Amino acid sequence: MTKNEIYPKMNEAIVAGDRGAARALAEDAVRSGLDLLEVVEQGYVPGIQKVGELWERGEYFLPELISSAEAMKAAMAVLDPALNRQNLGARIGGKVVIGTIEGDIHDIGKNLVASMLQAGGFEVFDLGADVKLERFIDKAEEVGAGMICLSALLTTTMMNQRRFIALLRDRGLRDKYKVLVGGAPANRKWAEEIGADGYAENAVAAVKLAKSFAGRP
Amino acid sequence: MIETRKPKLELLSTEFIERIIDEGLTLLERHGVLVENAEAVSLFAGAGAVVDGASGLVRIGRKLVLDSLATTPSVITLYDRTGSRAYTVGGDEVHFDPGSAAVTLLDHATQEERKASTADLVAFIKLVETLEHLHFQSTGLIAYDVPAPVADCFRLYAGLCLSGKPFVTGTFRVEGFRPMKDLLAAVRGGESELRSKPLAIFDACPSPPLKWSHLTSQSLIDAARAGIPSELISMGMTGATSLTTIAGTLVQHVAENLSGLVICQLAGPGAPVIFGGSPSSFDMRKGTTPMGAIETMMIDAAYAQIGKHLKLPTHAYMALSDAKVNDPQAGFETALGAVLAALAGVNVVSGPGMLDFESSQSLEKLVIDDGICAMVYRLLDGIAQRDDPVALGAFEGFTPGMSFLTHPHTRRWYRTEHIPAGLVDRDPYEAWVAAGRTSIVDKAHLDVARRLAAYATPPLAAEVRKDLDRIMAAYARSSGVDVLPSTEF
Repeated sequence: MTKNEIYPKMNEAIVAGDRGAARALAEDAVRSGLDLLEVVEQGYVPGIQKVGELWERGEYFLPELISSAEAMKAAMAVLDPALNRQNLGARIGGKVVIGTIEGDIHDIGKNLVASMLQAGGFEVFDLGADVKLERFIDKAEEVGAGMICLSALLTTTMMNQRRFIALLRDRGLRDKYKVLVGGAPANRKWAEEIGADGYAENAVAAVKLAKSFAGRP
Repeated sequence: MIETRKPKLELLSTEFIERIIDEGLTLLERHGVLVENAEAVSLFAGAGAVVDGASGLVRIGRKLVLDSLATTPSVITLYDRTGSRAYTVGGDEVHFDPGSAAVTLLDHATQEERKASTADLVAFIKLVETLEHLHFQSTGLIAYDVPAPVADCFRLYAGLCLSGKPFVTGTFRVEGFRPMKDLLAAVRGGESELRSKPLAIFDACPSPPLKWSHLTSQSLIDAARAGIPSELISMGMTGATSLTTIAGTLVQHVAENLSGLVICQLAGPGAPVIFGGSPSSFDMRKGTTPMGAIETMMIDAAYAQIGKHLKLPTHAYMALSDAKVNDPQAGFETALGAVLAALAGVNVVSGPGMLDFESSQSLEKLVIDDGICAMVYRLLDGIAQRDDPVALGAFEGFTPGMSFLTHPHTRRWYRTEHIPAGLVDRDPYEAWVAAGRTSIVDKAHLDVARRLAAYATPPLAAEVRKDLDRIMAAYARSSGVDVLPSTEF
């Protein structure tokens, strides 16, 4: 298939949340020796952008959103190793450490954000739920992440988001990371109050915010 | 006299019920359930269930399930603290209790949710004691100033000190069962007395899909051996942790609850079990679990019907709302749920007072909801033939302009046929304006204060109270908890 034939199909596979097709098309692209960075940017990324639009318009719901994110992951699982062999990283969004904060075991929302960030081209290190504050920092230091995302569902555990910023400051690392907060009780005002860099109300908004920090469209 | 018809809601045909049960049994037989408790697994193995060592899945043959159903009582009688008032949990009897284990309280003054303290818990228990349409208490609030290791036990301890009603409760850790049982036995005057007159129901929730955790399995085993009723709280979330179809979720509900029922019967044949749940229609936009969704209530009413078909007592989390304050949504979701639960004949309805996806409680809402429950009980009483003939007798000597207001027939029946308005507004407009345009929430807030001021602790023998204090203190010590909140209540 030529680029002009295959890119719309990739786009479609992502919008339809078709994991099998997304993977097969990626394999096809590798076999055909296409420019894989272009494949990502022109074949797959427009698909996931379209999904974001459909979500914001209220046409897509979580099942579609997550299926598309999974399809994107399936394609990238094929493309990433090939790109690495060429010493080209497609994860231009950078590295993100994410988790549900200490004391809180609710991870549905966090999982959505992690999936969408991954689909949006970020390399995501998901620490799971009930994550100790220090672990976020240790992981970010270890992998060289640029962003740390903290989720909390409870008003009680939300306080740990504030503690986290303080801890970052104490360790002299506050300016090294962008800190994004989310979760049911959080809001923009809260993010400002505790000195976080941003707040997102849902997974699609989180990707937009993360991209703006990464200086991407 | 013509017999009064009890109004009833049945969403499923018998054919559909039997199909759902059959698929539930097949699910247990073919795929099994994950049991993370060694004692429960060995009970299953001993009864001939197939335990897959690698996956930990227990495949349960339908004969074992049917045998277990045969030994499960279809009616449970709970008794109040004095042991004199009996509550039938079975048939189409309906009992409301506050939605349980809220982590926050809606503060009326600020209209914000905040952490609940022991003082709030005490006020909560006292208030529920005064609400006549809430037949049971629940350990409804988790107080932040109670150390976590003893939080489950402390709620029941405070409750038993302050209330005469039966309780819906449960454990947060395996160690919590023993002292909680001891508290109940101390009130009854012994374990066999507690067995013959249960005072509390213990909730146990499987983890969807098809898993019984260590803690909940142990609670089933311990409760069954003590003759304490276990309430099985299966809680699939449609499209997230169970199938998105209502009927598909019901199949899983049946499988999860019946596997729990088997654990109970293997641990203690004849153990009382309630077919309950807290499933929800998963919100595909917000990723939340709305208890006020109509589909949630449909799942509830349907599994209750299935529970009845299996000749089991039933329970549901209904008559509650996902609103954050006492707004119109709080009222209509609660009322809709209360009516549907009652018409479905759910025996234990946990919900009143509750907001925000089972996470918050409101004292004002408890009072408002008690009024909803009053209406529901009236509905359940149905329309009776009071006189024979129905009306003709009262029309004897009819003249145009005859007033029924002063007719002896009115005095004879109006208090039976009609219930008082309670807090509901029925003022003419001008009177409502003159009275300060008060909302039901404002009236409820005043009513809470009035009720708390009028509350009197139901008498508890001094030596029983001493026993309760001793059990609580000993448990705190053994849990490494040095300081408890003041127990001067």
